[in-house]
Amino acid sequence: MTALPTRKLEAWRYTDLKSLGAISFSEPVAVAAPADLPDLGIPRLVFLNGAYNPALSTPPVWLRPFAAVVEGSTLPLALINAEHAQDGLTLNVPAGTDAGALLLVSCASADAPIAFHPRHRITLGAGAKLTIIEIAMGQGVYWHNAVTDISLCENATFAHYRLQDESADSFHLATIRAQIAAGAAYECFTATLGAKISRAEFHATLLGPGASTHLNAAQLLGGQQHGDFTTVVAHGAPNCASRQTVKSVLTDHARGVFQGRIEVDRVAQKTDGYQMNQALLLSPHAEMDIKPELQIFADDVKCSHGATIGALDPEQLFYLRSRGIPEDSARALLIRAFLTEALEPVTYETARQLFETAIETWWTRQ
Amino acid sequence: MLVIENLSAAIGDKEILRGVNLIVPDGEIHAIMGPNGAGKSTLSYVLSGREGYEVTGGTATYNGADILAMEPEQRAAAGIFLAFQYPVELPGVGNANFIRTALNAILRARGEPELDAVAFLKRARAAIKSLSMPDDMLKRNVNVGFSGGEKKRNEVLQMALLQPSLAILDETDSGLDIDALKIVAEGVNALRSATFSALVITHYQRLLDYIVPDRVHVLAAGRIVRSGGPELALELEAHGYAGLEAA
Repeated sequence: MTALPTRKLEAWRYTDLKSLGAISFSEPVAVAAPADLPDLGIPRLVFLNGAYNPALSTPPVWLRPFAAVVEGSTLPLALINAEHAQDGLTLNVPAGTDAGALLLVSCASADAPIAFHPRHRITLGAGAKLTIIEIAMGQGVYWHNAVTDISLCENATFAHYRLQDESADSFHLATIRAQIAAGAAYECFTATLGAKISRAEFHATLLGPGASTHLNAAQLLGGQQHGDFTTVVAHGAPNCASRQTVKSVLTDHARGVFQGRIEVDRVAQKTDGYQMNQALLLSPHAEMDIKPELQIFADDVKCSHGATIGALDPEQLFYLRSRGIPEDSARALLIRAFLTEALEPVTYETARQLFETAIETWWTRQ
Repeated sequence: MLVIENLSAAIGDKEILRGVNLIVPDGEIHAIMGPNGAGKSTLSYVLSGREGYEVTGGTATYNGADILAMEPEQRAAAGIFLAFQYPVELPGVGNANFIRTALNAILRARGEPELDAVAFLKRARAAIKSLSMPDDMLKRNVNVGFSGGEKKRNEVLQMALLQPSLAILDETDSGLDIDALKIVAEGVNALRSATFSALVITHYQRLLDYIVPDRVHVLAAGRIVRSGGPELALELEAHGYAGLEAA
């Protein structure tokens, strides 16, 4: 097996996988579906311990059989995934088709530590449209090492809403790569709530003029949780736009990481890049590490980034309380307000409701 | 009835209030005037429960209940409202949602039925109209991008909708032009009733032309040094605060 990345690698400086490496994982076993399997009233695709479950799924006509994986990169986790991948979602939406919305559920159940490495491949033809709500959940000790490869042809639109609500003892490492052609849009929002150690690593490449992407996230972490949100956006053509608004709310001893790199090729004139990272530390022991990087080789671009780390504002809290709102509700209101900008690309009502509920539930269990 | 007896308060080691005595009966509006640094704002913050002020002596009760022992939200539920001198901006919080959340929290604390969004909006639109405020005031984020005057009007809007029985206005007139001043005054006057009382804290007499007080008190160096009828405000306007500390 390819070795796990260590902190000696710059890309892994802030996320230590030693505790993952110390566990010996077994092959996943077949399990029954839990009673609380999410149902959002839209077609659903269910993976139990990494294996597609046709009985629980309503596959769209665009579903294709899983094919063997050839990994072209040197990303350590993608290589490990390629060595083990046995299943995954393969969707090919033909040109000009509006494929509607799908729910993709990954549910894990582990009595002894298991690892699974799904490889998802989503292709949208020219002008096609698709919305996917992805929920990752489970119980026990497991390692969910998913790789999702996305290819968007010209003017395709893919809205990708990810809710990571894994078990407290799990490891969730997701690699998402998106190739975005001219005029196509990849709109992604990730909510990170679960897992002991998690990382969502995005590689988005804007290939043609007018391509755009949102890679937004809200990380809500408590206890000893570690959440890493890493993005690499490559502007390879002129007139492309990228937006990353990442908000972290950290309590207890939680640690959040954001690494965001924007690479602007010398041909990518009129690039519009924006990166905003903000963290709210609700405990003196919480930690946030932020590493923005801009590599710009074109001379006519607009790229900005900003980072702030702070606590809840006592003036705002007092203002709310003086109006009769109890302290707990006032805090919840301010935390929700803090996340507002990150949630902006979530325009699909079903997804918005899901995230609103998840955020509210997270706060009430703190 | 608000009863303040021998109230002393400090910020850190610095004593600001040095034995304030004041009674505001129901149905009355009292003005507190005084020079800068007299402790006017401190009095309003101590009464509304802001952190950072240590009560070093004395008592304050409202309708017999010890308000100094209450959390800020409990004071609001008891009917006390502070109109802030510097209203706070809340990015990401819609004004309508904010006021409805506050109103329902107060209603819940009192065991009264809450208002749904439709019923609240109806009431809020009526209040907006009667206060001559623009409609978009409810849609905007709380105080974000508001001018100084709009922020003060928003305080009055909140007061109109939360319907307190005791309003404390902390220099609500500062930075207001005459039109905005009239709107603020109308907001207070509209609440006037046998069960409503207000403490109007101001540096200038101007506001008291529009909110005519029953009593005027002068706060200087942390104590009430003079009390009188509305004419006292005119006297202060003419002669200033000089010499009052010695009085």
